[in-house]
Amino acid sequence: MINLTIDNRPVCVPKGTTVLDAAATVGIDIPALCHIDLKGTCVKNAPASCRVCVVEIEGRRNLAPSCATTVMEGMVVKTNSARVVRARKTVAELILSDHPNDCLTCPKCGDCELQKLVTRFNIREMTYKGEQSSRKKEQTVAITRNMDKCILCRRCESICNQVQTVGVLGAIRRGFETTIAPTFDKMFSESDCTYCGQCVAVCPTGALTERDNTDRLLDDLCNPDKIVIAQPAPAVRVALGEEFGYEPGTIVTGKLATSLRRLGFDYVFDTDFGADLTIMEEGAEILHRLKAFLGGDKSVKLPIMTSCCPAWVNFYEHNFPDLLDYPSSAKSPAQMFGAIAKTYWAQKMGIPREKLVVVSVMPCLAKKFECERPEFAVDGNPDVDYSISTRELARLIKRSNIDFRSLEDTDFDKPMGESSGAAAIFGATGGVMEAALRTVYEVYTGKTLPKIEFQQVRGLEGIKEATIDLAGFPLKVCVAHTLGNARYLMEKLRKGELDYHVVEIMACPGGCIDGAGQPYHHGHVEIIKARAAAIYREDEGKPIRKSHENPDIKKLYDEFLGEPMSERAHHLLHTRYFDKSIK
Amino acid sequence: MSEKVKVSCEALRCAEEICHKFNNDPGELISILHETQNTLGYLPEEIQRVIAKQLGISAQKVYGVVTFYSFFSMVPKGKYPVSVCLGTACYVRGSDKVLEEFKRVLGIEVGETTPDGKFSLDCLRCVGACGLAPVATIGEKVYGRLNPSDIKKIVAEFGE
Repeated sequence: MINLTIDNRPVCVPKGTTVLDAAATVGIDIPALCHIDLKGTCVKNAPASCRVCVVEIEGRRNLAPSCATTVMEGMVVKTNSARVVRARKTVAELILSDHPNDCLTCPKCGDCELQKLVTRFNIREMTYKGEQSSRKKEQTVAITRNMDKCILCRRCESICNQVQTVGVLGAIRRGFETTIAPTFDKMFSESDCTYCGQCVAVCPTGALTERDNTDRLLDDLCNPDKIVIAQPAPAVRVALGEEFGYEPGTIVTGKLATSLRRLGFDYVFDTDFGADLTIMEEGAEILHRLKAFLGGDKSVKLPIMTSCCPAWVNFYEHNFPDLLDYPSSAKSPAQMFGAIAKTYWAQKMGIPREKLVVVSVMPCLAKKFECERPEFAVDGNPDVDYSISTRELARLIKRSNIDFRSLEDTDFDKPMGESSGAAAIFGATGGVMEAALRTVYEVYTGKTLPKIEFQQVRGLEGIKEATIDLAGFPLKVCVAHTLGNARYLMEKLRKGELDYHVVEIMACPGGCIDGAGQPYHHGHVEIIKARAAAIYREDEGKPIRKSHENPDIKKLYDEFLGEPMSERAHHLLHTRYFDKSIK
Repeated sequence: MSEKVKVSCEALRCAEEICHKFNNDPGELISILHETQNTLGYLPEEIQRVIAKQLGISAQKVYGVVTFYSFFSMVPKGKYPVSVCLGTACYVRGSDKVLEEFKRVLGIEVGETTPDGKFSLDCLRCVGACGLAPVATIGEKVYGRLNPSDIKKIVAEFGE
């Protein structure tokens, strides 16, 4: 342990701790901008480039960046001397000198970390006015890029390269001309971008934001010729509350349903229903491949990999086109929901397809891209018309004068609002695997699970593995999150060294709870952990906790689909993948 | 696509061989780019993709390095590459005027190549011949104590 003094307070921390982290242990909150460290995950960016976190260290001539300076025995640190406070303010003023400063209309207004520093440092005028950057702007289906607002913190570069290993975003050119851009300064749409959106999740300013679909939704909601239905994802209900002042981890499922009704949705259903359906189809596919494998079929592709996460799907289509037979052919829950809503339900209700607008509320930005996939449309009419993020929904609720905190709780509409606890946990890494295991175990063994929770696949560890006893057969499963971990597994698979039967992959750290469409975590990993805990509480509170026991799912199969992997199920609920590698 | 067609299979193989020579070591990226540009004259997108693949790094990383160093070029250099030094010593002795004269005589901007492919124009910072300021190089040849009025004659030396 190292003993030092920070602002006259004694501090004792382990060797290797940064001054920034050491100060935090005694309630000293040193401002930082480029720095981000989601402890317990691999998300970290500490280039010490912004110099906002500088401190004075006795005996040193220059101010030191506290994010990159480790503690030493007897160190005497001042974080709030006049010299430091002034220097920090100047640093921020220089960052502002080439910033557009159009905060009033900036999409990040209120959530911008630079804006917060300006308030905190009491900057009341633009001291320096320098040359203005004129960098590229781009609007994709999922991500909006306005690099004039970029402060070159490199968070997005760290995420895209070190964490996700997608390798699209990086610094090009030098000096004042430096900008962060996709490969060859092209557009995202011409690159290997998976639209995971984690660059958006960590961007401190308005340089990278989501494509906003709220105006489009407002138009549809007030169009009397449209029937607009909502399907919010599992992770939305454990994070939306944060936008309205609730503690992270507060479950607001009932208020979510009510707010969607108040907004004018004609029917408020639940993507969780789609999640239960996914388990039916994917579970059947797991059993199908497993039985073929045990029957001696050497051509069967194992491990089977989950395919719910649209960024992960983009990732393997771009990087592993030789392995497209491994992921499950099951569509994502949101797309399954859309396909059923626009066939089974629309027919039942007598609503023509073109009149029906299916809107998904997602913790995700890649879902916006998924909606646009041509294979998920019938004659150009998409199964899910478009997707809005958790943040967009919060904005829309505020804009529509709805006092969220005073809303009563209501239930989702029937039949596509009924769901199990297994569906609820889809939002956390390991959740899809656990949900699948609950069903696969019971269908395969014909017995009731002795213990419904599979603790082995829970938690924030990057790659988790477990062996499940399926009536004597050791089922080897693996759960990974972040695309970097996915790449590690896929490269092993390519070499024939991946010894599992089922693998779950989610692109975002922690799973959908930390999706790029969620309320910004601003580097606080406790928020992500609180959301994960809430997901499992939501599961525990459900009367039905296994997908195959969802009565409305059973009814859907009885009335419409027949059985899992039937011809109709195949047609509506399964998909195929394409080689999208850049040649 | 049209841009890609320009790079011959031979050039791609050449880039691969240079990578192999350096054991496909990502730490040797700059040396590999140097040698590839010296051999091929420039570093087009497709060549950068080949190098990235060989070294197991992202094309973005290669592109970042190529755009960082002014020595590297993504457009073919002229047969006689002109570089005007804008380092401090040359600059104070009027190399900016020398550069302007090169632009006027050749009819191109910095970073461009004449339509006949003969000359390309770049500026650099210091060739270590400050005593001769202002300095320009054409190919391997160094020209010192330049005066804008010399430029026309020097360029004419390279006429057929």
